Amino acid sequence: MTDLLTPVLSANWGDEKSWDIAAYTASGGYAAIDKAFAMTPDEVTNLVKDAGLRGRGGAGFPTGMKWSFVPKDNPNPKYLVVNGDESEPGTCKDIPLLMASPHTLVEGMIIASYAIGCHTAFVYIRGEVLHVIRRMRHAVEQAYAAGHLGKNIHGSGYDLDIIVHAGAGAYICGEETALLDSLEGRRGQPRLRPPFPAVAGLYASPTVINNVESIASVPCIVANGAAWFSSMGTEKSKGMTIYSLSGHVARPGQFEAPLGITLRELLDLSGGIRAGHELKFWTPGGSSTPILTGEHLDVPLDYEGMASVGSMLGTKALQIFDETVSVVRTTLRWVEFYKHESCGKCTPCREGSWWLVQLLKKFEDGVAEEGDVDKLLDVCDNIGGKSFCALADGAVACVTSAVRHFRPEFEAGYHTPAYELFPYGRSALFEVAEGSHA
Amino acid sequence: MSVITKPGEAVAPVDTITVTIDGIEVQVPKGTLAIRAAEMIGIAIPRFCDHPLLDPVGACRQCLVEVPDMGNGRGMPKPQASCTLECAPGMKISTQVTSPAAAKAQEGMLEFLLVNHPLDCPICDKGGECPLQNQALSNGRGESRYEGVKRTFPKPVPISAEILLDRERCILCARCTRFSEQISGDPFIALVERGALQQVGKYADDPYNSYFSGNVIQICPVGALTSVSYRFQSRPFDLISTDSTCEHCAGGCSLRVDHRHFQVKRRLAGVNPEVNEEWNCDKGRFAFVSGRGEDRITRPLVRRDGVLKVASWPEAIDAAVAGLQAAGNSVGVLTGGRLTVENAYGYAKFARAVLGTNHIDFRSRPLSAEETGFLTSQIAGRTLGEGVTYGDLETAKQVVLVCFEPEEETGAVFLRLRKAVRKKGLKVTTIAPYASNGSAKLNATLVATAPGDEAAALAGIELDGDTVVLVGERAATAPGVLTAVVTATAKAGARYAWVPRRAGDRGAIEAGCLPTLLPGGRTVADSAARVDVAAAWGVDSLPAEPGLDAAAILEAAADGELAALVVAGLEPKDFANAVATREALEAAGFVISLENRLSEVTERADVVFPVALIEEHAGTFLNWEHRAGVVNTVIKQANNPMTDLRVLAALADALGKPLGVRTVAQAAAELAELGAWEGARPASADAAKAKPAKVKAGSYRLATWREMLDGGRGMDYEEALAATAKPAVARVSPTVATAAGLAEGDLVTVTTAAGSFSLPLEVAADMVDGTVWVPTNAPGMSLGEYGVLAGDAVQLDRGGVA
Amino acid sequence: MSGHEFQSFFPESGEVDMTDTSTNIDETTMAELRELAGRYPQPRSALLPMLHLVQSVDGRVSPAGIEACAQVLGITTAQVSGVATFYTMYRRRPAGRHHIGVCTTALCAVMGGDALLDCVEAKLGIHPDETTADGAFSLERIECNAACDFAPVMMVNWEFMDNMTPDKAEQLLDDLSAGKDVKASRGATLTSWREAERVLAGFPDGRADEGPSAGEASLLGKGIADAEGWTAPNPEVTKL
Repeated sequence: MTDLLTPVLSANWGDEKSWDIAAYTASGGYAAIDKAFAMTPDEVTNLVKDAGLRGRGGAGFPTGMKWSFVPKDNPNPKYLVVNGDESEPGTCKDIPLLMASPHTLVEGMIIASYAIGCHTAFVYIRGEVLHVIRRMRHAVEQAYAAGHLGKNIHGSGYDLDIIVHAGAGAYICGEETALLDSLEGRRGQPRLRPPFPAVAGLYASPTVINNVESIASVPCIVANGAAWFSSMGTEKSKGMTIYSLSGHVARPGQFEAPLGITLRELLDLSGGIRAGHELKFWTPGGSSTPILTGEHLDVPLDYEGMASVGSMLGTKALQIFDETVSVVRTTLRWVEFYKHESCGKCTPCREGSWWLVQLLKKFEDGVAEEGDVDKLLDVCDNIGGKSFCALADGAVACVTSAVRHFRPEFEAGYHTPAYELFPYGRSALFEVAEGSHA
Repeated sequence: MSVITKPGEAVAPVDTITVTIDGIEVQVPKGTLAIRAAEMIGIAIPRFCDHPLLDPVGACRQCLVEVPDMGNGRGMPKPQASCTLECAPGMKISTQVTSPAAAKAQEGMLEFLLVNHPLDCPICDKGGECPLQNQALSNGRGESRYEGVKRTFPKPVPISAEILLDRERCILCARCTRFSEQISGDPFIALVERGALQQVGKYADDPYNSYFSGNVIQICPVGALTSVSYRFQSRPFDLISTDSTCEHCAGGCSLRVDHRHFQVKRRLAGVNPEVNEEWNCDKGRFAFVSGRGEDRITRPLVRRDGVLKVASWPEAIDAAVAGLQAAGNSVGVLTGGRLTVENAYGYAKFARAVLGTNHIDFRSRPLSAEETGFLTSQIAGRTLGEGVTYGDLETAKQVVLVCFEPEEETGAVFLRLRKAVRKKGLKVTTIAPYASNGSAKLNATLVATAPGDEAAALAGIELDGDTVVLVGERAATAPGVLTAVVTATAKAGARYAWVPRRAGDRGAIEAGCLPTLLPGGRTVADSAARVDVAAAWGVDSLPAEPGLDAAAILEAAADGELAALVVAGLEPKDFANAVATREALEAAGFVISLENRLSEVTERADVVFPVALIEEHAGTFLNWEHRAGVVNTVIKQANNPMTDLRVLAALADALGKPLGVRTVAQAAAELAELGAWEGARPASADAAKAKPAKVKAGSYRLATWREMLDGGRGMDYEEALAATAKPAVARVSPTVATAAGLAEGDLVTVTTAAGSFSLPLEVAADMVDGTVWVPTNAPGMSLGEYGVLAGDAVQLDRGGVA
Repeated sequence: MSGHEFQSFFPESGEVDMTDTSTNIDETTMAELRELAGRYPQPRSALLPMLHLVQSVDGRVSPAGIEACAQVLGITTAQVSGVATFYTMYRRRPAGRHHIGVCTTALCAVMGGDALLDCVEAKLGIHPDETTADGAFSLERIECNAACDFAPVMMVNWEFMDNMTPDKAEQLLDDLSAGKDVKASRGATLTSWREAERVLAGFPDGRADEGPSAGEASLLGKGIADAEGWTAPNPEVTKL
């Protein structure tokens, strides 16, 4: 009964100067603040709980519940930190949101800050997206000028400052405690938990860290109600969300739909796999989520559906690879990413990724030895679940899932280089000289 | 786990919980980490980053265990690092002993750690005592499946003049960086780079110059950090270890002294939870070779025709006896601060029972009559626990520092204070001319005070029952301060401790090395006490007149009023007036020196007896708490030099008045037998009147203290250590700098009545105006040479000494 | 082959380039560094922006920049160095006027990113982490830049250059060499890496209004929904 696509967050992205406060206000923006201010902070939190909004950054933790963990009796200031460090390979939803409609986030931050009793909120945006940072800063300036930020917002007596903070290149800062260390001007390495950020986060004060899309989803919940939000989606995965389709599809792009849409439906909408090719494997939510294949086209893209097939919804970053692609090459490149981004703090991630890259290279070059697949899996087993944070789990998830679905292709690495089995140029979108390893 | 309580105080009940580890139930205090709970039942979980005195980090992941039940019936889905896992009631933990999964995780982790670790154990200093080597053997898989290339770096990299870093061996446990940040507060090393490139690094030319840097070598679980002085010197299994106590200050740190071929190769911090925990300072660790130079004395010397010549023992004893017999009881005894209690006791008894004089003083530094009274009435005879202890520093709410810079003067006190500040919210207040680096690391509140005004400053600080005042030995020359500390703390119900600087000071007082004191806190003035001691010593009587203090002894010697001096290890430049001290030694009719190295005293002595180095004899030091620290003989050679005590006994024998004790054990037994005085304690002495120094316009008051690494001879020949010392500077306030037209870095000349010296200027924003701070004993620049004390007036001019 | 060469010997790691001590940091820069430190509840939070500012002034993280940050924040140079060497956007050697990034993480790589990098390397005559002799360009192999629906992706001064091909890349580099105005696909007219770093540090350049609101791919779903007449439910209905 709900439409297949339900643009809410992305509804205004195509508007003239959508990033400007005038356009945002004209389409009803900033009205939800007053509605929230008419409620008590706890009522706002409960509303978000009731809506069933779950974190859109990958883990899917209920957002309202996260807010309710902030201790009321802690004398320290409370902080809201929005995680805009979008860096998971394949993930590309927060960046267009911030570019096109930064005010949606500002409005969400005001409401969320009000709910948790925070008066200084931060947006941590990865540094490599200059224009997004420009737009976000500009939006915050406009919001101050319009009286949506600063002292006594809308005459409510509530004060809020927002600081836009640019990162400097580190995937690990998407991990919430590493982000906090980074925001404190330190090396972005994950912190020990407990204490959890809700109790001792930024500056050892109670802190809520939410993904950009999670916070951006708050104004529409306040404006339209919990029932409206939860009328979309599936039983345990409520609401609409942004799916990012990329790779070997006819038309890659962003699709805002109720949770639970399937990849088949999305492919149908976007014209399918690129002409003349067929699906080989895909990720449901970035490279850290175990890969799936054509078998899984009809599994609902929600938290439960993906878990049921041994993967995760993650960031809903659907990277599609067709039959021209070597899974060995792809896996190696992902593991190289994790090796590059490992913070170095813990042994299995730091040393394990170093080892895995060298092992996988042997497969790519066709010089792996009999038994190396099992060795590869055992090394993965010694990494997975043993590391300090989830980064290394992501690094091994792509390897183990690739072996699970494409073991013969790895075994071919005992004798044949991947670039002979899958001439690399063929997967490019443009003509690449045959025989190139690129 | 040690629980420190005050005597008589009941041990507070500890909340305990029950957990089950490998099927064994164990009760542990709430908050106990799983790795410690396992230790309590004898299960050793392998670990690298874990260190009980550092904040948990969970980085190496070596100590993974399974948790089949968190105590709520649910298990944890992933293996947990037991070094960060707090025990919960009813928790079930399976270690490698019972869990194949935990064992596999641990094997896997060791395999990862070895992926990039060089196989250079045979030439690595750590080989043989290496946690990585040991645990690879006990918990590893035996054979690596790694066939890739190992990460390599240029090596070694000096992170300071005394510490080298081998990045290839490093397993990135971050013990060293955590130590530098958490324990000593000197984060001059940090983790740099990331991922597989992560490494320990310093920045450019800013070396890891921390007074406590050597600890990182000791806690490094691999051979990544090595000391310049010990590198490639020995294999651990060829060393013989001896427990001992550090001789460098009154902190009383336990040491482990390792020797080979009759030579000390290295010293490590000993484990002593009540004193130094597991740390020590670099001076205590590295400064142990000063007795190895060509200036070491191994044979007696006797002055013949004005020249000191090597002599036989009988010759030397004859010469000494002749000199002493001629002097009668007109002898002064200066014992210095390096003596063990037993040796000090030898001097105290020798002076009274053999020479018949009370002219004995251990203080080879500026002193005052007020201090003599204070030590006599307030310090002598107190026992451990009667006063403040290290543990008390952790339970106090406030510690007030008076004439005391813990980081410079007693490193172990500094570390304990810093721990209390970090972990227990201790508030430190310091009465000082400016907030030193050490004060900053204690987050101390500065009560900016010019020298001489300390007593007034103390009056302005609110003290209470949870306050401890630590007063340093420099208070001796700050009029009224010691008395003010006693009265102010008594009034507020607060406690105080006197923290001297040298290892032998506290013991010298108990042994009776003061003109007013007999052993065990008995006063010379108390006839009952004299009778007590005389009876114990089997002598008819003891001299009844209190003797001269060190300053007066030197004056009397200079004036010819004393005929002879007996001098143990001391340096003229440490006295208030070095020039006058030398003159007194020269003027004295007869000087006997008991020394282990040629010195300015031996140069002026008539007879010199060689005595043992610290590693060559046993004994006891009493630290500032009055806690006994055992010194054990490290080098056991048949021809070890004699102790001071043994030499004194030989002299006494030759003088026909046997000392009655000649071995350390005998002295210790006799002193113990004598015990502490149970009679009346003397009333407190009168305060010296504080007289604010009159400083003429254009002059400044001198502020000063000794820095840990300075011109002291105990650090001789350890050049790497010396290279980490702070450069000597003169410090003034911005107002003074501006008024004098001086800027940071300018060379300035400090002029005293007795001459001038030059130092580069440093401007300290919080320095009290009208004051200039300089170090007391920088290499080549001792204030004693100029005869100036803290509070004296000096001039300050731009430019170097012409 | 554009695959990552496996490097195992690291002769120059551990700190920024200490052989080049030149700096342009002056009192104005120091004042700006202090201003950044003042924007946060705790000054050290400003360290990342401060290092961006150092790069905008010195073209890299210079020793003087590290020392200036340590001085302003009252932390040790080792601590600043630990941060400066952790994040990939901080450069050890001077970046070019334009800093080119080519994404070679898995998806971009297989869709042509590897070939693009080959092409750019050949065109500029440099390898990743190098700068052309004339200082015009520096090159970096970048990891996923969150624009996968526009793959393969290049970045110039951290502005998006979407849906790249070797031809487009060559044209782009030619235009930049010639000093022509080049607009980012979704962003402003390209200025320079240093100017970009200044914006990242927190000193806006007033270009937020340049460029489109979104790229074509970003609007794809919205366009289909509009065409189909699909919307989110009517809140008035769900209230009932």
